[in-house]
Amino acid sequence: MIELIKGYLPNILDNLPLLPEQASTIAAEVDLLTLAWTAISFVSGTIVVAVALYFGIRYRRRYATQVGGHETHAPAVEIVSMLIPFVACMAMFVWGTKVFVDMRRIPPDAVEYFAFGKQWMWKIQHPNGLREINDFTIPVDTPIKLTMTSEDVIHSFFIPAFRVKQDVLPGRYTTMWFEATELGEFHLFCAEYCGSEHSYMGGTVTVLSQEDYQDFLNQESPERGSPVSGGRELFTSLACVTCHQEADNARGPSLRGVYGREVQLASGTSVVVDDAYLRESIVNPRAKMRSGYMPLMPTFEGQVTEEQLHDLVSYIKTLDNTNDVAANDDDSSDDSHDSETATSVSAGG
Amino acid sequence: MSAHTDTYDPKVNYLNTDWSIKSWLLTLDHKRIAWLYLVSISGFFVLGGIFALLIRLELLTPQGDLLSPDGYNRVFTQHGVLMIFLFLIPSIPAVLGNFLVPLMCGAIDVAFPRLNLASWYIYTIGGILIVIALITGGVDTGWTFYTPLSSTYANSQVMFVALGVFIAGFSSILTGLNFLVTIHTMRAPGLTWGRLPLFLWGTYATSLINVLGTPVVAITIGLVGAERTLGLGIFDPALGGDPVLFQHLFWFYSHPAVYIMILPAFGVISELISAFSRKRVFGYSFIAASSVGIAVLGFIVWAHHLFTTGMSVYAATVFSALTMLIAVPTAVKMINWTTTMYQGAVKWDTPMLYAVGFLGLFLIGGLTGVMLATLGIDIHVHDTYFVVAHFHYVMVGGAIMGFLGGLHFWWPKMTGRLYPESFSKVSAVLIFVGFNATFFPQFILGYMGMPRRYHAYPEEFQVLNIFSTAGASILGVGYLLPLVYFTWSIVAGKKAPENPWGAMGLEWRIPSPPPTENFVKEPVITDAYDYEHEILKEQIEEIARDEAAAVPSTA
Repeated sequence: MIELIKGYLPNILDNLPLLPEQASTIAAEVDLLTLAWTAISFVSGTIVVAVALYFGIRYRRRYATQVGGHETHAPAVEIVSMLIPFVACMAMFVWGTKVFVDMRRIPPDAVEYFAFGKQWMWKIQHPNGLREINDFTIPVDTPIKLTMTSEDVIHSFFIPAFRVKQDVLPGRYTTMWFEATELGEFHLFCAEYCGSEHSYMGGTVTVLSQEDYQDFLNQESPERGSPVSGGRELFTSLACVTCHQEADNARGPSLRGVYGREVQLASGTSVVVDDAYLRESIVNPRAKMRSGYMPLMPTFEGQVTEEQLHDLVSYIKTLDNTNDVAANDDDSSDDSHDSETATSVSAGG
Repeated sequence: MSAHTDTYDPKVNYLNTDWSIKSWLLTLDHKRIAWLYLVSISGFFVLGGIFALLIRLELLTPQGDLLSPDGYNRVFTQHGVLMIFLFLIPSIPAVLGNFLVPLMCGAIDVAFPRLNLASWYIYTIGGILIVIALITGGVDTGWTFYTPLSSTYANSQVMFVALGVFIAGFSSILTGLNFLVTIHTMRAPGLTWGRLPLFLWGTYATSLINVLGTPVVAITIGLVGAERTLGLGIFDPALGGDPVLFQHLFWFYSHPAVYIMILPAFGVISELISAFSRKRVFGYSFIAASSVGIAVLGFIVWAHHLFTTGMSVYAATVFSALTMLIAVPTAVKMINWTTTMYQGAVKWDTPMLYAVGFLGLFLIGGLTGVMLATLGIDIHVHDTYFVVAHFHYVMVGGAIMGFLGGLHFWWPKMTGRLYPESFSKVSAVLIFVGFNATFFPQFILGYMGMPRRYHAYPEEFQVLNIFSTAGASILGVGYLLPLVYFTWSIVAGKKAPENPWGAMGLEWRIPSPPPTENFVKEPVITDAYDYEHEILKEQIEEIARDEAAAVPSTA
């Protein structure tokens, strides 16, 4: 539609676009919703303004004796003035909520990426441990799950062309997902005001074809190992393993197969173990104690960085009931490289 | 009036009874206190306007070239703090409300005149603290003071500003309390709730929010202060706090605060449209009930400011639905105002221009509000210029149009002088055109993805930003004009009659400007919108005059 209009207008529309590019699976849904309400607004707004102006002009400068219509109210007018907006708004509510649920329901096959926000940069971590700063390179037609946390104040991860936005909070994980449908480069902004250089906290999202993305990964060698291998080193060096053993009489619960399971808490409630719960249990172990265990675990708040927390969580997620950890780790080749970083961490921990 | 001629001198009114500075600064007269507020808020409006001008000039080019990043952050923060806490919130209630609540009630003053004066001093102390903060380095947290940026990270004068806002808040609470008690206890005999002018209904609903909501923001600011100065972990997760808790507490007040700004404007518009259509306001009880309804609903929608924080889908759904409900009472008002003009005798004087301008701008503000309440759209446009445009349409297009419309309407009553009608019409049109030119492009900018509070931006946003800045220059001229001709009219304006608009309210039945004691004799309460009988009376008088004129000719 807009392309059609553009054809008949001078170049000004090139400098004055009315809609941003639609570059994700959700973008068209959001735009349709917006355009639908814009159309409703335009029609209803025009009617109200036209009626008001008509009355104002038709009945202007009359003698007081000509005034009529002294009714205090008319049931039909009041009912219509309540019913129409109510129905229209509820329709918008239902439709808008459906789109919102689509934005929030993460597809199970989504590839997991991680982002750290800090004043004033975005650090992105690919599943293989590759890191980018302020640039985010992703493959097209692939659902991507992004787990995020902030190292200082609140930020917000915003890609207008994808119509997605998610606040990034210190001290907890938030998640978002999207699937790019167009190749190209798109703006990445921080949408939540975060201090001096807020306007410059952004970069470019580059969407590559599947093949180009593989080439990109092969060209850029990760400066550190995968989060999983880093996490395994930390799990040993921070001595997590001394309590979180397999034995039934261990002081801490076994972490094997715990991810995604519902566990009983000492408070009597239960919780599904996800990234956020694992992170919280490391920095603040007593917040949600597992039932049947003593509150012996010390807090690791301030002793591990957000990146190390992410490594640990990534590692714990790979532990399952059946076999050895290494089998789940697609990046075992990086082990030797990784042990150095792990040693330095254990000194600090 | 004859009974009072021995004590009442019609030449003496509340303004000229005593000109000394002391008589103004220690006055207990609600009408003079209204003037104290008018002078103070005008000063803060000019200051806030200068900051707005700097924002628009900076955004003329994509690069951050006029101001440094920190300078820009201070400018937009200070624009917001001044305009919201020191201008918009007190504008209609403290100026027009103070002047009109006792007059419309048929009372000699508000219930607690000393408290009323104290409220102005409290407001002034808060304002001075904020100005000190501006002089000694400014503040750069955004007017929303989001934690942990404001509590742990910002290095500017956060505590001065927070203390100023905290103190100014008590002025709102006390003024609200004063109005509630006045409206409950000091109505003249015969002024039943069903006869209360709609301006009083708007003020009543606003006062309820002031009394119930403002303490929450005071507590919230106190908690930020405790975290900042004592290191108590309340909002900063590094100290064991929850950063989103601040947003819940802040918006629990600040969303209702939007209605503190707009409900009194609704009241003003109801009075204007009725008076300039010479017709009973249509759907009186629906307009009155919708004001109270909006005040109540306004307290249960705050979390629609938090949809992108990652709150649960269920909570977001509930808050989205509740927010949608506000469209209903708002639409009721719009339709009833429009219908009031039907078969009336419409006069397009300046206040009516503002009222109709208000209808147009508030309509756009309200309709885009529904988009923001829609979860699927809000995620994309949250924290972009779309939101900036929306709340300026509501708070500037709504509240300031209402304030200026009301000021033009009651100015002859307040000063006893008329302002030049031609200039005021020009300014009303300039403000309407300039406002749309400034803020409509920002809807598109926001949807395009330009985040708010950006000092520099990608080049493709420049065309729309130039439109916006050009519009702002028209808007600026529109706002400057009233400042000039209102001041001029006090000195040289034509003397205003008792009732220049032919309006029906009680305040139009006493001299302009009113005597200090408001009503020289016990006011007789009639229906404030009874134009029908007023017109009948005029007809009878006209016939009587004709007959009287006819008698001598036949003799």
